[in-house]
Order: sequence, then C-alpha cells, then structure tokens
Amino acid sequence: MSLVETQRTEKLRGSGWRELVTPAHGLLLLFLLVYPAMASDFFLTQIGGYSLILGMIALSLMLLAGYGGMVSLAQITIAGAAAYVIAIFGENNSGVHGFAWPWWVITPMAILFASVLSAAFGWVAVRTEGIYTIMITLAIATACFYFTQQNYALFNGFPGYSGLRAPEVFGLYWRDPVPFYYLCLANAVVAYAAVLYGARSTFGLTLQAVRDNPRRMRAIGYNVTAHKVFAWWLSGLIAGAAGVLLAWFNGRISPGSIAVGPAINILIIAIIGGLRHPVGPFIGAVVVVLIQTFAIDLVGAERFNTLIGLFFLAVVFLSPDGILGLWERVKPRPDRDAWGPGPERSGVRE
Amino acid sequence: MSDASNTNRDDLFRGARASRRQAWGVVALLVAALLLWLVFAQWPDWLDAILISKKAFLSAILNGLTLAGLYFLVASGFTLVFGLMRNVNLAHGSLYLLGAYVGYEVADRTGFWLLGVAAGFVIMAVIGLVMQVVVFRRLEGDDLRQTLVTIGISIVAADLMLAVWGGTTYQILVPEWLTGAIKLPVITAYRSNGAAVYLVYPYYRLVVLAIAVVIGIGLWLMLNRTRIGMMIRAGVDDRDMLAASGKNVHLVFAAVFAIGAGLAGFAGVVGGSALSVAPGEDVRYLLASLVVVIVGGMGSVTGAAIGALIIGLAEQIGLVYFPTYGVVITFVIMVVTLSVRPQGIMGKSL
Repeated sequence: MSLVETQRTEKLRGSGWRELVTPAHGLLLLFLLVYPAMASDFFLTQIGGYSLILGMIALSLMLLAGYGGMVSLAQITIAGAAAYVIAIFGENNSGVHGFAWPWWVITPMAILFASVLSAAFGWVAVRTEGIYTIMITLAIATACFYFTQQNYALFNGFPGYSGLRAPEVFGLYWRDPVPFYYLCLANAVVAYAAVLYGARSTFGLTLQAVRDNPRRMRAIGYNVTAHKVFAWWLSGLIAGAAGVLLAWFNGRISPGSIAVGPAINILIIAIIGGLRHPVGPFIGAVVVVLIQTFAIDLVGAERFNTLIGLFFLAVVFLSPDGILGLWERVKPRPDRDAWGPGPERSGVRE
Repeated sequence: MSDASNTNRDDLFRGARASRRQAWGVVALLVAALLLWLVFAQWPDWLDAILISKKAFLSAILNGLTLAGLYFLVASGFTLVFGLMRNVNLAHGSLYLLGAYVGYEVADRTGFWLLGVAAGFVIMAVIGLVMQVVVFRRLEGDDLRQTLVTIGISIVAADLMLAVWGGTTYQILVPEWLTGAIKLPVITAYRSNGAAVYLVYPYYRLVVLAIAVVIGIGLWLMLNRTRIGMMIRAGVDDRDMLAASGKNVHLVFAAVFAIGAGLAGFAGVVGGSALSVAPGEDVRYLLASLVVVIVGGMGSVTGAAIGALIIGLAEQIGLVYFPTYGVVITFVIMVVTLSVRPQGIMGKSL
C-alpha cells in the first residue's frame, strides 16, 4: 500500500485556511470563472462540466485512498445510487415510477441516500484491510451493476431511466451550458475546499494517523472503525452530489453508467491525476476526458480503451504519484512543498 | 498445582471441542439425510407447491454444482496467487476469456477438442509466466501498484479481444463422445399411466463437474504431498521466512502464477464449451472469483472449493426461485461472511 501510505503528515500545525488561500488557488479559480467566456458550448459542458463531475467522483475516491488508505472501486456505484434516486423520485419519461417530487426534496434526499449507502459499503469494507478493500468494493460494485440490470421493479432493468431534467430555478434552466458549468464548478469548489480544509482538521489528521498505523491508533484508544466509516460517509456526500449532477448531465441513468468499466475509469482518473492532493483527481479527470474526446481522431473510436489502458499502465509504471508526481519532480525547487507534504516521502516507502 | 489446573482446563477445552464437533456431525448427518430424501423420495404435493417441482429443484442443484465446478477452477488459481504473492490479479477474468478464445480457435482449426483444452491451459500458463516475470517481479512488495497494473492489463486485454473476436458469441463444440444427455437414476414424477419419469441431464455438464473434482483432488495432492506444494504452503504462511531459508521464492512464484493462469485458461475452454464465449464473461468470472475467494478465504484451495460450492448453488437456486433478486443472495452471503468471519471460511486470521 506504499502508494497511498507514503504521505506522512509533516506540516501538522498549518491551519486549513492557509492551505486554501494561496496565489495558485486564486489564479486557478480566476481561470475557471472566466473559462465560459472563451469556451464554446461543447468545451463548456462536455469537457468542463463533465471533467468537474468526474473529478468530484474521483475526489471522493482520493479522500478515501489518500487520507484513509482505502482504495475503493465502488465510488461510481454511490454516485449512481444518487442518480437513481433522482430518476425514481423525480421526473423521468420511462414510464416507471417518476413521482415528480420537487427538486429541493429529491436532491438532498439523493445525496443523503448516497452517503448512507457509502457508509454501509464502508462498514462492510473496513472489516478487512489494505488490498482486500479493492476486492470487496469491486465485488460490491459488480454485484450492484448486475442487480440493477436484472431488476425491473425498482431499477427498470437494462434500459434504466431516461428523460431526467435539471430543475428550472430563478428563471434559469440549470442544464443550459453556462448555468450547468457554474453549478458544477460551485459544487466542485466546495468539495475541493472541504477536503483540503478537512484534511487538516482533527478528524482529517486522525484519519491519516489511522491510515499510517491502525494498531497504534487503536491502542491509544481511537475507534478506528468509526473513523473509517465516517470517512466513507463524507466521501459519499461528494460522490452523491456528483451523481446528481451526472444524472442531469446525461439526462439518463442506466446500469451501463455504473458498470465495471466506469468504476475502473474513476480509479484510473484518480491514479493518473495523483492521490496525494485533492487537485489530482481534477487534473486526471481533465486528461481522461480530453483523451476520451479526442482519441477518436488518433486511434478511432473503437480502440479508445486500449489507449487509455496503456496510458494508465505507463503512469502506474513511470510515476506512481500520477501527473502530480511528475510535476513534483520537474517543478523548480523553492516552492517544493506548495502542493503538500515533504520531499522525503520516498524515504518512507514500506 | 498450576500444572494440574492447566491440564484440567485443557481437558475441559478438549471436551467442549469434542462435543461441539459431535454436534456439527449430527447437523451434517441430518442435512445429508434430508438431501437424500429430497433426491430419492417422491415429493408430496406441499413440497412441490413450495419448490415449483422436483425436476426444477434438482436441475437447479445440478446446475449449481457444475457452475461451482467452473468457479472452483477459476478461483483456485486466483486464491493461490493471492495467498502467495498478496497480488490481487484483477486480470484473472481476462485470462479466463482469452483461454476460451484460444481454445475455440484451436479446437475449430484442428477439430480436436482436447487439443483446444490443452492449448487453453498451456498458452495461458505461458502468458501467466510472462506476466509474473516481466511485470510483477518488478513491482514486488508494492501490492497496490501490482493490482493497478492488473487493472490496466485487463482493460487493454478486453479491448484487444473485442478487436480480434468481435462482439459475437462463440460456442466451442464438444466432441461427440461427450455430448448428449443421460438418464439419472432419480425419479422426478410418475405419469398417469404409472410410468416413472427419470431426471435427464446433459452428459457434458456432469463431465465438467467430474473434471473440477479431479483437478481439485490433484491440487490438494500437489499442495499437501509434493515438495513444491510444501514450498507453496510455506510461502503462503510466511513468504520472507521461506526466502530466508534458502528456497528460490521466485521459482515458486512463477510456478504458482503459471498454474493459476493455466487453470483459468483451462476453465475458459471447459466453461466455454458448456456455456458460451462472449465479451463480458471476463467480468462475470472475475466477480465470481472475487466472491468465492472472499467467502472461502484467501489463499486456501479448500476454501475456494467451499466458496465455489456455496456461490454456485446460491446463484442457480436464486435464478430459479428469485429471478430478479438472484445477485442479492450472492451479495448477502458475502456480507454475512465478512461480518461473521472477515478472513473467510477457511482463511487464516488477517
């Protein structure tokens, strides 16, 4: 597990706010805010919005893997659960369920349901440690996929639900390119800031200590299981919010969206970006979405998976910390720990 | 004084253990008697009403047993590789599917089914060997990265297999001496004229079951009666100590990986002849191996057999009696196992 355990908490005393308010973040936010002015609708929604959504789901994985040492493959399942809640209790045109409850009821409900489901998954997964978590969460994700596919009474089986619509509030239709982009951006910024701030909170530090040495933490008297399950619940909030956005983005939810492929895709995004800092998943998401969109010109639509698979293999082999790790290696020395903990992390490999 | 009390306590424990074992023995006998009665007795009407019909029930049991045989073939390699190398080979399903395709090609071109089976085993064993030597030996001790690499390999493999063999479903033709159905000496019902209706079952499926049993016994003998088996078991218990005592651990690893991959390929051909070969089967058998190994216990071949039996039976019985909730049964079994015995039924404590 060295890949996720290498990150020792060295700068314990810095407060979360100091991490958040940096020139780099200011510039990034400024760029993201004016992005709609220079991007076409396609780049705004299909690249920008979609990257932010996938980035949020990958962020929920990064929270678990980077700070908790639990690599989960079930994050897309959690997002999918929120999307199914939207489809079942909101409006859909599949003719099954679709209770058309107002958006301000179903949205919190969807996110809450996803987070509780996430905590339940976590409760199952934390009974074992390390590499077992991957196996168990993959089994959970696959089982959920098959279940939604063969069950028509609840999930409308293979076709799933289509015709999901984002709400119209303040005279704006929130699925229009610009409002949707800002909606995604707002969610992503809140999630990103929360993770970054939370990592320096008492809970965040305790979680990282549990990751580094669960036995010692248990001996000191911490409830290791409760901390891990709570981390799952928090990651479920982020994944759930992303799931709601995903439902509005696609306008549909079907078993195909939560199949093993998409589940692994989230892991690929997080790994390609890097698990050491919350910005990693978003970088990974942009890279993967760009490859996804433009690979067609390179290798044809058919062999896109081979390309992304090879790219992923190259990242795992060459730079275990993803693109963030590459950046760490080439960037100028003075601001070396601007993105997080110290330079001597290679020394704590286990 | 203390000696006496110790022996006393030991006796007490022994007594408790013996009576507990006796209790389990009685339970096993009762279950066996009930099963024998279910198989051979003529069912009363109320039982028919509950379990649809004797024929449906017995067919589900037999299908479950043959499926368990297949699952065991796939999962035994998976569990050995995991137990020894702590390497979750998520490309195991791809080995199964590739083995099936290779077996199909060879059997189709040469006309000899047995040659196809042999090719499936040998070629997959060689590929497993190459994977171990080229990929996993480089990342030794870094189990998360090893797992990530297997994910990358499985993505690329699935895509390339789709490119070569397309999305169509193949059926490996079984030679004539294995086809047909046989009449089992089990009476399912009586016709109105008093003639007995016997249970008819495809001969080949029984052969699959027999093959799985033979391979299982062979594996058990190899592990428990040969020198390499001794080394493998020692490696599962304590890899470092095995290396320290002067054994060539890499040789043992390579051998186990070859056997595991070969068995997956073998199962691919045998299973592809009983069912069918199509894209997506890799994920199905990966899920099956995961669940079987989680339930049965990592690193234990006996555990894989027990797990395969439970999951195979549960899946088929679920298919007949709860068609749209079948997967849930598998899932519940996994969760219950994890909460009662996180290391699996035959697993050593974590």
